[in-house]
Amino acid sequence: MAEAAPLVRTEGLTKTYGDHVTTTVLKGIDLVLEPGELCALTGPSGSGKTTLLNLIGLLDRPTGGRLLIQGLDARTLDDDARTTLRGRTLGFVFQFHHLLPAFSAEENVMIPLFAQHGRPQAWMHERARALLAAVGLAERMGYRATDLSGGEQQRVAIARALVMEPPLVLADEPTGNLDTQTGAQVLELLRSFNRELGTAFVIVTHDEAVAERCDRIVHMVDGRVDSDTRVSERALILEK
Amino acid sequence: MPFELFIALRYLKDGRLQTGLILAGIGVGVGVIIFLSALITGLQQSIVERTLGSQPFVVVRPPEEMPRALASDPAALNAVETQRPPQRIRSITGWEQVEALLQKTPGVVAVAPTVSGPAIAVRGEAALAIAIRGLDIEAYSAVIDVRKRLVDGVFNLSGFNAVVGTELARKLGVGVGGRLRIQTGGKPETVYTVAGVFDYRNTDLNERLVFVSLRGAQTLFGLEGGVSSLEIRGTEIFGADALADEIRDRTGLIAESWMARNGDLLVGLRSQSSSSVMIQVFVILAVALGIASVLAVSVVQKAREIGILRATGTRAASVTRIFLLQGAMLGTLGSLLGIAIGTALALLFARLATNPDGSPTFPVALTGWLYARSVGVALTVGLVSAIVPARDAARMDPATVIRNG
Ligand SMILES: Nc1ncnc2c1ncn2[C@@H]1O[C@H](COP(=O)(O)OP(=O)(O)OP(=O)(O)O)[C@@H](O)[C@H]1O
Ligand SMILES: [Mg+2]
Repeated sequence: MAEAAPLVRTEGLTKTYGDHVTTTVLKGIDLVLEPGELCALTGPSGSGKTTLLNLIGLLDRPTGGRLLIQGLDARTLDDDARTTLRGRTLGFVFQFHHLLPAFSAEENVMIPLFAQHGRPQAWMHERARALLAAVGLAERMGYRATDLSGGEQQRVAIARALVMEPPLVLADEPTGNLDTQTGAQVLELLRSFNRELGTAFVIVTHDEAVAERCDRIVHMVDGRVDSDTRVSERALILEK
Repeated sequence: MPFELFIALRYLKDGRLQTGLILAGIGVGVGVIIFLSALITGLQQSIVERTLGSQPFVVVRPPEEMPRALASDPAALNAVETQRPPQRIRSITGWEQVEALLQKTPGVVAVAPTVSGPAIAVRGEAALAIAIRGLDIEAYSAVIDVRKRLVDGVFNLSGFNAVVGTELARKLGVGVGGRLRIQTGGKPETVYTVAGVFDYRNTDLNERLVFVSLRGAQTLFGLEGGVSSLEIRGTEIFGADALADEIRDRTGLIAESWMARNGDLLVGLRSQSSSSVMIQVFVILAVALGIASVLAVSVVQKAREIGILRATGTRAASVTRIFLLQGAMLGTLGSLLGIAIGTALALLFARLATNPDGSPTFPVALTGWLYARSVGVALTVGLVSAIVPARDAARMDPATVIRNG
C-alpha cells in the first residue's frame, strides 16, 4: 500500500558516470524519507549530493540498487510514467536558472499545473496567485522572471515547487546564491510550508546555519552517507 | 489554450529577431512561389485561350483518301500557300447524323458544321490566296466566339456577305461595304460584299481567313448539302485529346484535338511548367532548411528551459509538440506574409507590363487554389522541418542540462 510505504526508500543506490573512464559517484546509498520530514543534505563538494537529488527526483536513472517512490519501483516506470509521477509527487528548487525567462512570475508558477493538462485556466491562475501571495510576491505577479531579484526569483521557484502540493520538495542549494539575510528568509519560507502543509523537504546546503534549522541532517562523504542525525539526537550528543 | 501552444507562442514572441528573420525568409520564399506560379499560370492560360480563340477543341473530318489532306482548319492555313490548286473537297458522309451523335457525346458543349477550302480573292489588280470558312454564325459562335473579334461592320454572312480580316482588307484596299471577287478552282468568280472586318491579332489569320455563309462555301466548292468538317467545343480544355479519341472511336472519322494540332506549343507549355516546378522545389527546400536551422538553434539555446519544463512535469511528447507547433506556426504565418508579398509583386508586375491598349502583357492568375496550396505547402514544410529539432528537444536529458546550465 502506498500510504504504508515511506515517501522515498533507496536500497544500495549507486551511480556511475562515463563509458570508458568511469567514476562511481554514489557508492550505495540506503536512505528512507518519511512524509513531512525537513531534511538537510550536506557534504563536501563532489560528494554526490546533486547526483542523489537527481536520482530521487527521477531526472536521472541509477546504475544499481533500488529506488522506491511512495512504494513504486522507479525502474519499472517508463519515461511518461516517471514524468507523471515527478509532476504529481515532486517539486524542485534549483540553485541557478530556476525560472523560464520568457514567462511572468505567475506563468512560471502555473507551468506544473498546465503541464498536467485539462485543468481549468481560471483555477490555475487562482492557485498560482495564492502561492505567490504566500511567498510574499502578490505585487510581482506580472513581472517577467528576468525582472525579479535573485531572492524574488527563488521565492517564485518555491511557489512553483509547491503549486502541485507535492508530498516532497527537492531543493538544491536554494540559498546558496543569496545573501545571508535573503537566504534566511527563503529558508523560513520552506520551514513554514513544512509546518503548515506537511510537505517533506530535502535541502542540499553548504551552510551550517541552514542545516541547523532542519529536523534531520544527512551528511555525505565521497558517495556514501557518512552520518544521519535527527536534531533531537544531536541535542543529546551536544549535551554530553 | 493548450499548454503546448501557450509555450510555443511565447517562444516565438520572445525570440522576436529570430522569428522575424525566419518569417521574412519564408515570406520571400512563398512570395516568389506565388508570383512565379501566378505569372506562369496566367501566361499559359492566355496562350491557351488565344489558341482556342481561333481554333476549336476538336475538328472532325472525313477519313483520308489520299496521302495528303486539305487544309480544313485554321491551324493548317499556313500550308495553304504550298497546296496545289484545290483537289476535290469531300463531305462527311451523313454529317447530320454524325452531328446529332456528337451533340449527345459527353464532354461536348457545341458542334458546328463548316465548309473550308482554299480560294483566291481578287480586287482590281490585287489577288491573294485566302482560306474560305463557310459557317452558320449562330452555330459557330457556340464553338468559337468569332463575333468578339469584329472590329468594323457587322458579322453578317447572309447571302453574298463576307467578313474579312484586317490584313486582307488593307492589302486589297477594301472596307465595310466594299466588294471583292472570290475564285475557286475552275469556277466563275463570285462577288462578295464585305460586311465586317475582324482582327485575330494574328497577321496570318487576318490576311487569309474569309468567313462566308455555309451555303456560299458549299457553292464555291461544289459541295452542295455537304460539310467538310464538324468543329467542336468541349468542356475540358486539356481533355480535348481524350475527347478526340472517343469521337474517332465512335464515328470512324478523323478527329483532331487542338493539342495534337499544336504539339510544339504544348511541349513549350510543359517545359515551362516543369522549370517553374523546379524553381519552386528549390525555394521550398531553402525555406525548409531555414526553419529547421532556426529551430535547431532554438533547441540548443533553450536546453536549460526544456530541462526545467521536464522537471516540472512536462512530458517528452509535449516538448516535441511545442517545437512542431513552432514550425507549423512559422510556416503558416510566413506563408500569409508570402501571400501578401507574392500578390503585391504580381499585381505590380501586371500593372507595369502593359500592352499599348492598356491590357496587361503578362496576365497573372492569382487564385484561391494557389493561395490555399501555398499555405498548405508552407504548413507542411514547417512541420516537417521541425521534426528533427523537436525530436532532439524531447530526447534532451533533463539531469544534464539542469546540472550544467
Ligand atoms: N555527467 C557526469 N559525468 C561524469 N561525472 C559527473 C557527472 N555529473 C557529476 N559528475 C561527478 O560526480 C561527482 C559528484 O557530483 P555532484 O554534482 O553530485 O556533487 P555535489 O555533492 O552536488 O557537489 P557540489 O556541492 O559542488 O554541488 C563530481 O565529482 C562530478 O564531477
Ligand atoms: Mg551539487
